[in-house]
Amino acid sequence: MSAVLKPDYTHYSHLPRRLWQLLVRAFVRVGVLPFMLVIAIVVFSLASDQFLSVQNLTNLMRQAVYLILVSMGQMLALVTGGFDLSVGTVLAITSVVSASVMSSVIQASPDAAWIAIAAGCGAGVLAGTLIGVVNGLGVAVVGVSPFIVTLGMQSVGFGIALFLTGGVPVSGLPSVFSDYFGFGSVFGISVPILVTVVCVTGMTVLMNRTVIGRHLLAVGGNARAATLSGISTRKVLLIAYLLCATLASVSGLLLTARVGTGEANLGGTIALESIAACVIAGVSLRGGMGRVENVVLGALFIGLVQNGMNLTNVGSYLQMVVLGGLLIIAVVADQLRHRLLVPED
Amino acid sequence: MDIKPATSDAPAECLLSTFRLSKHYPGVQALDDIDFELLAGEVHVLFGENGAGKSTLISILAGAVQPSAGEIGIKGEPAHLSSVRDARAKGISAVFQEFSLVPTLTVAENLCLGEEPRYAAVPLLDKAALRGRAQRLLNELGFEIDCDSLVSHLSRAQQQMVEIAKSLRGNVSVLILDEPTASLTDQETQSLFELVKRLQDQGVGIIYISHRIQEIKQIANRITVLRDGQKIATVAAEDASEERLIELMTGRSIAKIYPQIASKPGQTVLEVHDLWSRNGVRNASIHVRRGEVVGIAGLVGSGKSELVRALYGLSKVTQGRVLFKGQDRTNATTAQMLADGFFYLPPDRKAEGLVLNFRSSEDMVLPILAGPLRGPAGWLRQGLSRQLARSSAQRVELTTRNLYRAVGLLSGGNQQKVMFAKGFTQSATLYVFDEPTVGVDMGTRSALYGLIQALCESGAAVVIVSSDLPEILHLTHRTYVMCRGELSGELHPPHITESRLLNLFFEPARLAA
Repeated sequence: MSAVLKPDYTHYSHLPRRLWQLLVRAFVRVGVLPFMLVIAIVVFSLASDQFLSVQNLTNLMRQAVYLILVSMGQMLALVTGGFDLSVGTVLAITSVVSASVMSSVIQASPDAAWIAIAAGCGAGVLAGTLIGVVNGLGVAVVGVSPFIVTLGMQSVGFGIALFLTGGVPVSGLPSVFSDYFGFGSVFGISVPILVTVVCVTGMTVLMNRTVIGRHLLAVGGNARAATLSGISTRKVLLIAYLLCATLASVSGLLLTARVGTGEANLGGTIALESIAACVIAGVSLRGGMGRVENVVLGALFIGLVQNGMNLTNVGSYLQMVVLGGLLIIAVVADQLRHRLLVPED
Repeated sequence: MDIKPATSDAPAECLLSTFRLSKHYPGVQALDDIDFELLAGEVHVLFGENGAGKSTLISILAGAVQPSAGEIGIKGEPAHLSSVRDARAKGISAVFQEFSLVPTLTVAENLCLGEEPRYAAVPLLDKAALRGRAQRLLNELGFEIDCDSLVSHLSRAQQQMVEIAKSLRGNVSVLILDEPTASLTDQETQSLFELVKRLQDQGVGIIYISHRIQEIKQIANRITVLRDGQKIATVAAEDASEERLIELMTGRSIAKIYPQIASKPGQTVLEVHDLWSRNGVRNASIHVRRGEVVGIAGLVGSGKSELVRALYGLSKVTQGRVLFKGQDRTNATTAQMLADGFFYLPPDRKAEGLVLNFRSSEDMVLPILAGPLRGPAGWLRQGLSRQLARSSAQRVELTTRNLYRAVGLLSGGNQQKVMFAKGFTQSATLYVFDEPTVGVDMGTRSALYGLIQALCESGAAVVIVSSDLPEILHLTHRTYVMCRGELSGELHPPHITESRLLNLFFEPARLAA
């Protein structure tokens, strides 16, 4: 093990040293997330007695699903060694396009609510995924750095979303859309949570049980080794950015249903939040490492911190400070863990 | 070119010596009672396998590592080297494998890095003085390198020269070179040797680490062989045959390292006709049959690796034809070649062989993920994957513990076993091993040779691309030699000899029809 985490404890008794070694080993194994989760839960349950109430926890789940979906997509980009800064824009475009289509269909034929919803969702996902296609082509085929492509697309998409709506929220959606996908429930489980559970299951299977999942990890871990093993890195990168946008798009639809209007400002901070969720969950920024279960936990953690700060009356400005700080701490922890995992790199 | 000691009648002064020098790390005796001596004007080669203690020894002599026991003497006086800076001040300077140059700065700026001259009156950089000082240093050494060019614009050899120049600023009596030719072309190597010769003539003592026996013969005066942290022998270069050196280094006879591979040439599986490729192969024609080991020898950059990479779909074939198992496979994709039974083991396992954070078992099956391991609807056949990984690990003698560890944590030898195991998860027709034993200890090396033997004798076609001459000499049944992108010859036994190989290395003669 590296000398970095081994301060000289010879003048202490053995117990703290053993405990420290145990913690270091746990940290290398599971990453920084469990530690942060425990700290957050302890702090917030001490600060607010509502925090651990059933109502608050279900509330937290319901708020966290949007970030969970986006973070899983973000994980795909991170796992291949890139990242996607344009997820927020995908949310916005999906929201604006789906809302516009729905409201115009419902205006033309007021009885066809479900047709309007289907058309709106289809158009929204298509529009959002299109951003993913451009990202994927830019990264995989043209070979531009993910930073530049997705940063550019972030601006392009946001601009288009504002242009389409003139900056005004799109209203006039069929009410059943919100009733069902925003607040409805099936078998007593809220629909957004249900959709998310399906997506999480699908992603878990994809990453752990399919060939493409292994390809994603291999391309991120060592692209040249993957190429020499007959794996088409272009195809894999394209799939990563495409799926990332699709998941963000689904999240955008659910969020639109929740707020009841098509908004260009949805997802302003979600790129930062999703990257933070992933990195806290042990997804390596160097690529090649990441587990769906952990990312879900990471997103829940971010949601939990936001929820806890709301309960304890921490203002939204300070929340931004905390969120950025968490991201940086997570990256530092990732760095440290990498050094412990692959010595003398 | 032969560089021999600067002959003089008076016995040369002893610049640097060690007495019973030892270094102990937790669990490892890295150096054990080493007595070593360096004379003025001498090139003293340290020879040994990875982990033999060469690096530890030079690290101690350069002041970077402190010995656990023993003494160091400089010109007969006991000395203590507390740091690299201290060693430098005492005239000992080392050039390690990793360059310490800043590529975005100029040569002059690099040469004065950390000791930049300033104006006397104001604390600003004196650029004129800086250039002047750097230029003087280069002139003294006879390097024709432009002081103002960026280091990133220089060739590898020129960078090496700058690195050496940097290490020679100030007063230097002992220069330590750690595998300085590892990435140099032949011409660059020759100019480096000329420099070594000039320094020798000025009375500088040089400690030189190299694995290349030819190179050692060319410039060494004496050779000290280390094994497992102990000094095995110090021999004069004249008395050191290649076989003796290898035996000293490994502690076993050559016959025990290199197996006798039976050759039963059968059907031709690979035919290459007049191939030109974008990565620099010119007009190469080769063929490989089942049941034989074919060598492709040549210097770094001779096109030997490039040829097989073009066949494997890693570079475009611009002219010519490739037939694999009777099918036209010119410009086939890597995936296609793999599926056809063409196995390629790349030379650099860290850069392009292994996904270092994968477990060995996951790494091994990478090439067959899209093949046998792909179930319906892209499902991964995990049971089969585990089973194949286990059986391949058994064949290459990788322990179960190492099978489930991250590859990045394994030793070089075990990593190379994982690389070989990739070839056993699926039986291939043609195995191409590009530098199969680079950076691998002798024990693992002979195990890997055993695997190659088994493959060939079971009827597979084997190609060994190698810069390691003994490997070519002792293992291959037939050897092509490449030089500057072209085939310079084909050798059959009993004509696969060192001298013939070396001749073909340097002259692109036409193939004798």
